[in-house]
Amino acid sequence: MTAASGSGLRRDLALKRPDDVYNAIVDAHRDLDDAACRAFDARLILLLANQVGDDAAVLAAIDAARETA
Amino acid sequence: MGSYAYRAYPYRRPPELDGTATRRGVTIVGAGLAGPTLALLLARHGVPSLLLDEDDTVSVGSRSICQAKHTLEVWDQIGVAAPVVAKGVTWDQGEVLLGERPIYRFHLQPEPGHKFPAFVNLQQYYVEEYLYARCLAEPLIELRPRHKVVGIDNGAEGVTLSVETPDGTVPIVSDWVVACDGVRSAIRRLLDLPFPGEVFDDRFLIADIRLRAELPAERRFWFYPPFHPTNSVLMHRQADDVLRVDFQLGRDADPVEEAKPENVDRRLRGMFGPDAEWEHEWTSVYTFTCRSLDRFVHGRTIFAGDSAHVVSPFGARGGNSGVDDVDNLAWKLARVVRGESFQALLDSYDIERRAAARENIRQSTRSTDFITPKFAASRVFRDATLALARDYPFARAFLNSGRLSVATAAPGSPLSTPDIDADWTGGPAPGEPMIDAPHTNRWLIDQVGKGFALLAFDADGLRPPRDVTVVALSASGVAARRYGAAPGTVYLIRPDRYVAARWRQPNDAVIEKAWRRACGEGRAS
Ligand SMILES: Cc1cc2nc3c(=O)[nH]c(=O)nc-3n(C[C@H](O)[C@H](O)[C@H](O)COP(=O)(O)OP(=O)(O)OC[C@H]3O[C@@H](n4cnc5c(N)ncnc54)[C@H](O)[C@@H]3O)c2cc1C
Repeated sequence: MTAASGSGLRRDLALKRPDDVYNAIVDAHRDLDDAACRAFDARLILLLANQVGDDAAVLAAIDAARETA
Repeated sequence: MGSYAYRAYPYRRPPELDGTATRRGVTIVGAGLAGPTLALLLARHGVPSLLLDEDDTVSVGSRSICQAKHTLEVWDQIGVAAPVVAKGVTWDQGEVLLGERPIYRFHLQPEPGHKFPAFVNLQQYYVEEYLYARCLAEPLIELRPRHKVVGIDNGAEGVTLSVETPDGTVPIVSDWVVACDGVRSAIRRLLDLPFPGEVFDDRFLIADIRLRAELPAERRFWFYPPFHPTNSVLMHRQADDVLRVDFQLGRDADPVEEAKPENVDRRLRGMFGPDAEWEHEWTSVYTFTCRSLDRFVHGRTIFAGDSAHVVSPFGARGGNSGVDDVDNLAWKLARVVRGESFQALLDSYDIERRAAARENIRQSTRSTDFITPKFAASRVFRDATLALARDYPFARAFLNSGRLSVATAAPGSPLSTPDIDADWTGGPAPGEPMIDAPHTNRWLIDQVGKGFALLAFDADGLRPPRDVTVVALSASGVAARRYGAAPGTVYLIRPDRYVAARWRQPNDAVIEKAWRRACGEGRAS
């Protein structure tokens, strides 16, 4: 994967209630210790990856996440 | 330990010691799974061979037990599939469990209409016994036990082996040598060839036991079972009520300690309960590696099977890929020996089977990484997958307890003619294995014979090159569906039952051209 492949991701907002979604993600971690957070995030990532349903988009998101670190 | 009655195959003093040395066409070193299969396939093409092995009996230990469909299709050519199926345990389903709970079942061959099942489990010593029996009955094969290769001169005009026997060491000169001498290949070491790859640290314990119990004929894989809570366990049935239980022990396990009968029994007791009774057949604590030679063809010496590549056991790709190697090699070597194709045809063996080895290593490494995660996050995602798999079927596709061996495709093979018609929506592409189907009360794979064949779907009047069999098929029905065929569709099938080319409406000229290419590019006599 090259740096350019991350550019295929959408950069505009796709959600209708971004505040609610963001806070739901954060709140889901509130009472979890580090190990439980990692396990939770892994389940969430796998669920979302399948929901996206587009292999190239998932791979591009991996690149984008890596590059914005 | 063990109920199998090992027999010694008769050794005879080599005639070379008494001055009757004849130059050999093909000498095969190693009579495990790959070697005798090759000798029998060559004999089917009318090519004689000398088959050497350092010892005088079959596989010590049950070793390779899962014989895959494509392997059975190869053995069917040489009369070995029938006894293997008759003696073995047929299965095509399995179950994956998390703790004590089944999380899902899988079916490897859900559609009927194939001559062979996805797998037959049978101990390697039985398979070798059947192969040896066929070799001994075949006049074109000279099987010589207690002939150990200790030296090689790999010349451009011929290969000289130094072979140690109980009566002394003899030279044997051959046009071709095929090294089927296993993972510790003497020939590979004598030629000083590197065998690069990856070493895995996790230890596993194989306990083959005879257990009197009703057990399902299927593969079972547990993650974190109550009887072995920190790791995984794999279970398979074999013939004679033998069960294989494979415990993942982890990196720090002590192999000597773990192999002690009382420790093995403690694990088995936890698994089968207080009342179960068993006898030990074979116990082995092992680690594994994934390795491959950089080239499989070195002048007149050719490597096949474990001497050329090794994989982890998850997916049953070891023995099965060795059989595929020699299936790929046999017809090519036969053509070269008979002067029908140039030596360059053997380059395609190297290209196709190295690609297959890469694919097998890639698959087996991925399975291993899932079963034995190498870093913390890898385990976290593995466990997340296990947690989701029961309720979310999509996650079962991520779950990797071994991707079971199927015939490996050879995309981009120099022998394949790429598709020219754009409308293929199904069927095996050039470089992929042919698919079996019912055919006039029999099976399609029985129709193709030992040479090239054309599958002609309502395509009449074909005049194929000499020795190419035409199999007339209907453009409606199971076969047509499996091949994405319409009236006029034609497939060119290689002797190893791989697709060389396919067309919607070919003429004789394009068929001949593709056939020449599949024989090594216009070099056929
Ligand atoms: C525990 C275990 C479980 C396995 N399970 C499976 C499975 O379920 N499915 C699967 O497909 N594979 C499995 N395998 C792998 C399988 O056993 C091997 O991949 C397979 O045997 C390789 O066949 P081969 O003919 O290349 O080599 P081998 O079967 O090892 O044969 C090599 C032969 O060469 C002979 N030889 C060696 N050196 C010399 C010499 N110098 N001169 C003359 N002869 C020599 C040996 O005596 C031997 O007979 C398993 C292996 C192990 C160890």
